Order: sequence, then structure tokens, then C-alpha cells
Amino acid sequence: MIWLLLTIFAPAAGAVLLCFVPRERNDFLRYAALGVTLVAFALSIGVLIDFKTGVAGFQEVAHASWIKEWGISFTTGIDGISLWMILLTTFLMPLGVLASWSIDHRVKPYFVFLLILETGMLGVFSALDMFLFYLFWEATLVPMYFLIGMWGYGRRIFAAMKFFIFTLVGSLLMLVAILFLYFAAHHNPTFDYRQLLGTALPMSTQRLLFLGFFASFAIKVPLVPLHTWLPDAHTEAPTAGSVMLAGVLLKMGVYGLIRFAIPLFPDAARELVPLLMTLAIVGILYGALVAAMQKDLKRLIAYSSVAHLGFIVLGVFVGSIQGMSGGILQMVNHGLSTGALFMLVGALYDRRHTRQIEDFGGLARSVPVLSGVFLFVLLSSVGLPGLNGFVGEFLVLVGTFYRYRWWAIPATFGIVLAAVYLFWGYQRVFHGPLERDENRSIVDLVPRELAMLAPVIALIVFIGVYPKPFLDRIEPSAQLVVNELAHGSVLPGSPDLARVP
Amino acid sequence: MPLHLPDIRIAGIAPELTLSIAAIVVLLVSAFMGRRLPTWTLPVMSSVGIVLACIFAVATWHTSQAHTQLQLANMVAVDGFSIFVKVTLGVFGLLTVWLARDYLSRQALEEAEFYALVLFAVAGMMLMASAADLILIFIALETFSLALYVLVGFRRSSVSSQEAAMKYFLLGSFSSAFFLLGIALTFGAVGSTNLYGSASQPGIVTFLQSAPASGLGLLVLGMGFLIIGLGFKVAAVPFHMWTPDAYQGAPSPVTGFMAAGSKIAGFAALLRLLDVVMFPLRWDWRPLVIVIAIVTMVVGALVAVVQEDIKRMLAYSAIAHAGFVLTGLVAANDRGVSGALFYLATYGVTVLGAFAVVSILAGKDERRVRLVDYKGLFYERPVLAGALMLFLLSLAGVPPTVGFVGKLVVFGAAVQAGYWWLAVAGVVSSMIAAFFYLRVLVVMYMQEADEPQIAWTGGSVSHAVIGLAAVATVGLGIAWGPLIHVAEKATMFFTTG
Repeated sequence: MIWLLLTIFAPAAGAVLLCFVPRERNDFLRYAALGVTLVAFALSIGVLIDFKTGVAGFQEVAHASWIKEWGISFTTGIDGISLWMILLTTFLMPLGVLASWSIDHRVKPYFVFLLILETGMLGVFSALDMFLFYLFWEATLVPMYFLIGMWGYGRRIFAAMKFFIFTLVGSLLMLVAILFLYFAAHHNPTFDYRQLLGTALPMSTQRLLFLGFFASFAIKVPLVPLHTWLPDAHTEAPTAGSVMLAGVLLKMGVYGLIRFAIPLFPDAARELVPLLMTLAIVGILYGALVAAMQKDLKRLIAYSSVAHLGFIVLGVFVGSIQGMSGGILQMVNHGLSTGALFMLVGALYDRRHTRQIEDFGGLARSVPVLSGVFLFVLLSSVGLPGLNGFVGEFLVLVGTFYRYRWWAIPATFGIVLAAVYLFWGYQRVFHGPLERDENRSIVDLVPRELAMLAPVIALIVFIGVYPKPFLDRIEPSAQLVVNELAHGSVLPGSPDLARVP
Repeated sequence: MPLHLPDIRIAGIAPELTLSIAAIVVLLVSAFMGRRLPTWTLPVMSSVGIVLACIFAVATWHTSQAHTQLQLANMVAVDGFSIFVKVTLGVFGLLTVWLARDYLSRQALEEAEFYALVLFAVAGMMLMASAADLILIFIALETFSLALYVLVGFRRSSVSSQEAAMKYFLLGSFSSAFFLLGIALTFGAVGSTNLYGSASQPGIVTFLQSAPASGLGLLVLGMGFLIIGLGFKVAAVPFHMWTPDAYQGAPSPVTGFMAAGSKIAGFAALLRLLDVVMFPLRWDWRPLVIVIAIVTMVVGALVAVVQEDIKRMLAYSAIAHAGFVLTGLVAANDRGVSGALFYLATYGVTVLGAFAVVSILAGKDERRVRLVDYKGLFYERPVLAGALMLFLLSLAGVPPTVGFVGKLVVFGAAVQAGYWWLAVAGVVSSMIAAFFYLRVLVVMYMQEADEPQIAWTGGSVSHAVIGLAAVATVGLGIAWGPLIHVAEKATMFFTTG
């Protein structure tokens, strides 16, 4: 319990301390931010060690009354789903700090916002009180808004504004739904998630409230057609902002669906499964097609996120344990691979100050290490067997095939499309003739960048070869959510994951 | 013939009396002692008056918090509700007085009259909260309105200030006429102007309890006019036309005081009138108030989006906020009333803080109030920009500021009363509103200043006021339990009668 609390609040405490550092001491600020995020990572390892594998319910629960009059409490805790989200956050954050080394103006507020953002994200993944959850959910909004708006590129202000308004629209609708749920629960009024579970609601109310929550989460994921903020925000954000957006913030949407939307309103969720799966498939295909057409490398990766997140949502809603576990694992995988891709594009941008694909070409000759790493991460993203992406995507497809045979076909087609747009983009950037002089003279990855990419690569391989430690912890908690989704429908038991090839 | 003297216990209006006496003392001291006094004398005297008034108000908390006590021939109602409003108004008055100290010396304006007028205004506003007779509500309304008319035009050398005062005065008189007509119609129906009434004297409450055969239609009509009259004071659409001009032209501390003070005073009377006295008629007034609430929220937010002057923008935002409070009023349950009080108290502190920053940045003659004047503020004055960011985020309703909690409680009350779609209208308005608060943040944080800025002046006292408001904005946003607890206790009479 103490590990979790320390992990959540260590970055915020670090942000407060950073406020007292003189603003011109840029190097000290960078190292201090790195130190704080590493401390948070170390603390989250404590959480992992403390975590009891095989337990489905919440662990590490901390509970303290907060606003008695309204039944609001400070309640945090994790299960096998949130555990990995927390570790993903703390793992990516030091890498994000390393990727921010080239930020050289207003360094202090940059890192302060980044650290506040981390506490917000960690809080989202561990809050078990609806009020607290909403607080953390919104707490990620403001820092990200400033990160995009103050340190972004080109149309940063437009992108920041769009990001903020889109997110706010969703979260305010969720707020009304939370309030509705709060008053609909007839026992002692409470915002405690665990007590709100199982609130009996008429179907019409459930549908309405599900849509209220769904509005918020679907915008965050994002599901087509609510995705339009994402390409702008991802493209204009500074590298660390993109890494955090793709790596963690999008997962908050899926996490919200899994943690809140499905268990709180299971009947409505079941009823809407066809709609959600359709949206997911549309996202997979649409994201892939649009990504293939992009001229901007960062935009290409942004749209690939739309496709990948479609995959994850598909897995979550098919209502089988393979799909659910695969979707959750795929969240981690996508965070790793897309985060790394954004870091690499950021590294390219630092060298060439352009992200246009046509400005590159033949880079494999001038920066062999960078292009090699890029290819490796790309393969993980495409789902090459032996790397992490394969495990997640395969489980999702198996789960889908298991319950909705025909839906698996367009989803599989999406993987082919992913290979098309990613390899085509790679080919245009790294292969072909090395025509431009400015492309000849760029430097390869420096030790700092290797240091930030090496851990990602190691994990990509590790998960690809040996996903068992991850799946073992995910599965019991995921099974509970699957039961909610599959309740009343014909699902023969819960097949043991180990028996599925 | 025996002479019947009314039962005179001045304890009920002790706060108002104290403030009036303090105002007169301030005027006299300044007239006779004049320039020989140190500059802090008058603000300190005013503060002592306000603090004493608050102490007198709180002194009756234990005896009258749970039940409404009628005093002075049923003219004055003392209950937790009125005490809460009075103390809140005292806080607003204190902040205004200390904010004004720097402002007045910066703009080279007379001091004594300013403080005296603020004290009179606070006295009138306090009386609004405990008036239990329509005539007394009218007197209280006029007392604080007259003081505000003068305060708005206090920058005599400025045309915009004059214009603002004139417009405010004309439209204010107009609304008073509506209110008077409402009183007349109510009197025609009830036979009295008293709100509660007693065994020997008719009143609206006793009239409604007696299941009257006739006169209800007249009463409903009168109620409509009363809503219009008070709607002017709280700046609800379509009675909001004076707001942008008056807010823009008035001296910035006065604008903050108006936004905070007249809003809670007007709503105090509205809440008592509609949610308590006319509660049995709720099915008659609710449709009207719901329409007003929705229109107010949406129009206020929409029109604010296109404003280029920060004071005008905050004026339209103040209109939108009136709509949010109205959602709590429509709910007409205990959470609605306590939520509205909570909202008004916290909104007041936030908006006073925002106008404090504006008044510092405006410089001499209040010229620098356009949005473009705020370009790159973060790089020149990071702390001031940070404070304004907090206030704006609170007005936008982003946690962990207190503005979010305010919205939570009033929308919660609306949802509880079954008006969830009203809450949805409220959040739609909040989304629109977020846009213009963000515009200010964009200008302050994400754009560079075109030209080197002249140094902004601000006294240490103003900075202390801003700091206090900022701490309250965040502190109450996190630990809002005690305040909502007090607000709920203050409105206990709503359920206990």
C-alpha cells in the first residue's frame, strides 16, 4: 500500500521541489527530473514485487475518508490491469525526460508540468473513488495542454486547444454520469467504486450512463469518429508529450472502459458490443488507410495509433479472456513500440528539423544504428512473431475468432495494412538513394538516445519471448471483467489461456 | 388606548447597523482629521467594522442556525442561511477594502467615500439575506444598488466609468420598477408584503398554507415580476444587458466586488423567495427559471467567446455563472440551496482574485485591459500569471480548484432533483466557456510579447489579497468538506422548517 502511494505522489513532490530551483540552472533541472522519475520507477518496482499474482481483486488498497458530507474518500488500489499501466507509466517517464534533453527554453516549467502529468496518470490508474478518479483524470489535462501549447511545434496552440476542448467535452459528460450514478445508488451515498459496483439500474438509465462514460473514454482512446484531436496533438506535441500521449494517455481511455464503463453498466455494455466492435474495426481499417497516405512521419505514427487502439478495443469487447488479456497486454506493447517510434522521430527531427517523409531517403547509409533500431521497433509494431506486438495481436485475434468468427477477418486484414503503411514509410525514409546533402552529414544515435531506447528494446524482446509474467498477473482481474461482458451469453467456461496455442 | 410597541430587538440587524455606523465614522473621521492620518487608518477602521459585523452575525448561530427566527415585527429573518451569506459578504468586503487601498492610491482617487460606500453596500447586501418582507428586500436592494452606482462611476475623470454608472443606474431603476410592481401584485393577492406572516398578520407562507380559493394567479404574476427584478441584480439573461458595460467601466476592485457581492445578495433574496417561501408554487416558477437558467448559461458563455476586453469577458462569464447557480436554485432541495451558497461564496473569492490581478495589470487609468495586453505575461510576471491561471481554471471548473467543486455540488443537486438534462445543459455551457478561459491562458503562456512591457505596479497588499484568494481557490478545492458542511448546516432549516 505504501509503495503505491509513494509511487503516485513522488513525481508531484518532485515537481514541488523543482519549483524552488533557480530557473537558469537547466542541466540541474534535467538531471533532477530524471532522478525523480527514476525514483518513481524504483518505487513502482516495489509495487510489482509486493503484488500477489493470481489474485483477481484489488490489492495495495489505501482508504481514507475525505469529504464525509458527500461520501467522498481517498481510495486507491490496483489489480492486475492497473498494475501494468502504472509500470508502463513509470517506465516511459524517465525515457520521456531523456527525450526532452533538447528542450532548452523554459526548462523549469516544462519538467514541472511533466512531473505533474505523471502523478495525474498514476492516479487515474489507481483511483478507486469516482471523485478521486475524476480529479486525476482532469489533472492530466492541464499539464498536457501546456506541454503541447508551450513547447510544441507549428500549430501547437491550435492542437493544444483542440486537445483540451475535446477531452473536456467528454469528461464533463462523464461527470454528469458519475453524479447520476451517485444519486441512483440507493444505499448510503458514496463515490466508492467498489460499493457502486452492482448498483441495480434500469436498462434505459444504464444505457444513458454508459454513453456518458463512453463519451469521455472513447474520445481519449480515441475511437473513430472522435479521433480528430489525436493527429494534431500528437504531431505538434514535443517528443516527450507525444510519447506520453500515445504511451499512456490513450490507455487511460481503454482503462476507463475496462475498469468503469463495463463493470458498472454490464447490461448496457453487452447490448452495445456490436456497435463498439464495429467502431473498433472501422478504426483499425480507417487508421491504417489514412496512415498510409501521410506525408508527415509523426502524423503517420499518430494514425497508426488509431489503428492499434482499435485493435485493443476490439479485444476488450469481444468478451473472451484471450481478447481481454491480449488487449491489456497490447496496451503495454503499444506504449512501448509507439513510444519508441516517437522518440526516434523526435531524434530525427532534432537532427534535421523536419518530419516530412520526402525530405529523407537513404538514411540507412548515413545513420545505420538509428535505422536499425527503427526497423526493430517497427517490426514490433507490425507484430513480428518473437516480439511483443505479436503476442498481443495474436491473443486479440484468437479471442475474436473464438466468439465472432467473421469479425476476425477484417481485423486480420488490418495487420496486413499495418505492415503496408509502416514498411512503406520506412522504405521512403531509410532506403533508396541518399540524395540530399543534409541527410549525409547527420549524426547517428548518441549514447543518451541509446540509453533511452535500450530498455524499450529489451522489454520488446522479453514480452515477445516470455509474456507469462505479464499474462499471469493480468488474467485473474481480466476474467472478472470478461464475466461481466459474457454474463448470460453462451460462453463455455473460461478456457485456460495456457491451452490456447 | 394602550399603545402597542413592536417588539424591538436589534440583535437581528446588528451586523447591518454596525456597518452603517462604521461607514459614518469613516466619513466623519476623514472629514475632520483629513490628511493628518496615516494611510492605513481608513481601511483598518472599515475592516474593524466588517469584522465586528461578522462577529455579531455569527453570535446568533447556535440559537438560530436550524430554525428561522423572525424578529422586528416579522420583518427580519435570522437563520443559518442569512448568517452564512452575511459572513461571506464580510469576507468579500474585507478583500475589496484591502484591494482598493493600493488601487486608490495608484489611481489618485479619494479614499474615504470609497470605503464608506463599500461599507454601505455590504450593509445593504447583508440585509438582503435576512429581509423577511418584500418592502425590506426593496430597501436593502436600493441601499446597496445606490452605493454601487456611485462606486461604478468612481473614476470621475474616465468617460467609460461615467457611462457605465449611468447605464447601470438607468437599467437598475428600471428593474426596481419591476420589483415594485411585483410587490404591488403580491400585496393584492396576499394582503400583506410579509414573506412568512404570523397568526395575527397575513404573509405569503401563511397565505399559501391556507389553501386559498382566489388570488393565486395574481401571486404567480407578482412572483414573475419579482423574479425579473432580482434577475437584473444577479445578471441573468435576458436581464443582463447592463453587466458588460458596468463591469468594463467600473474600477476593477469595484467590478470584482459587484460580481461577488451583488450576485450573492440577489441570490440570497431569490433563494429565500423561491426555494423557501414560494416552495409550494415551485411547479409554477420552475419552468420559467429553468428557461432563464439555460439561456443564461448558454448566452453568457457564447458571447464571452468573442470578447477582446478581459473585463468584458469576465462580465459575460459572470452571467454564465449566474446560470450555474440557478441550476442549484431550480433543484430546490437541500443540496441545491447549500450548493448554491457554496457556489456563490467560492465564486466570489475567485472572481475577486481575478479582478485583483486585472486591476494590477491594468495600470494607471485602466488602459491595459485588452487580451493582447496579456501577451507573454508568464515570462514577465510568472507568479501573477500563475495566480490568474488558477482563478481562470477555477472559473472554468477544472479540478482541483474550488470552481470545480461548486459545479459539482449544484449540478449534483440538479441531478438529484431529476433535472439531469439541466446539468447536461450546464456542462455544455462549461465546454463553451472553457474556450475563452483557455484563450487567456494561450495569450499569457504561449505567445511572446510583441513589445517590451512597461513595468506593472502593484502594492504588497494587493499581492497579499491575490495570494489569499489563490490559496483559498486551491485549498477549498481540495479540502472543501468543512465549507460544504457549514453550508449544509446553514440550510438545515430548509428541511426542518
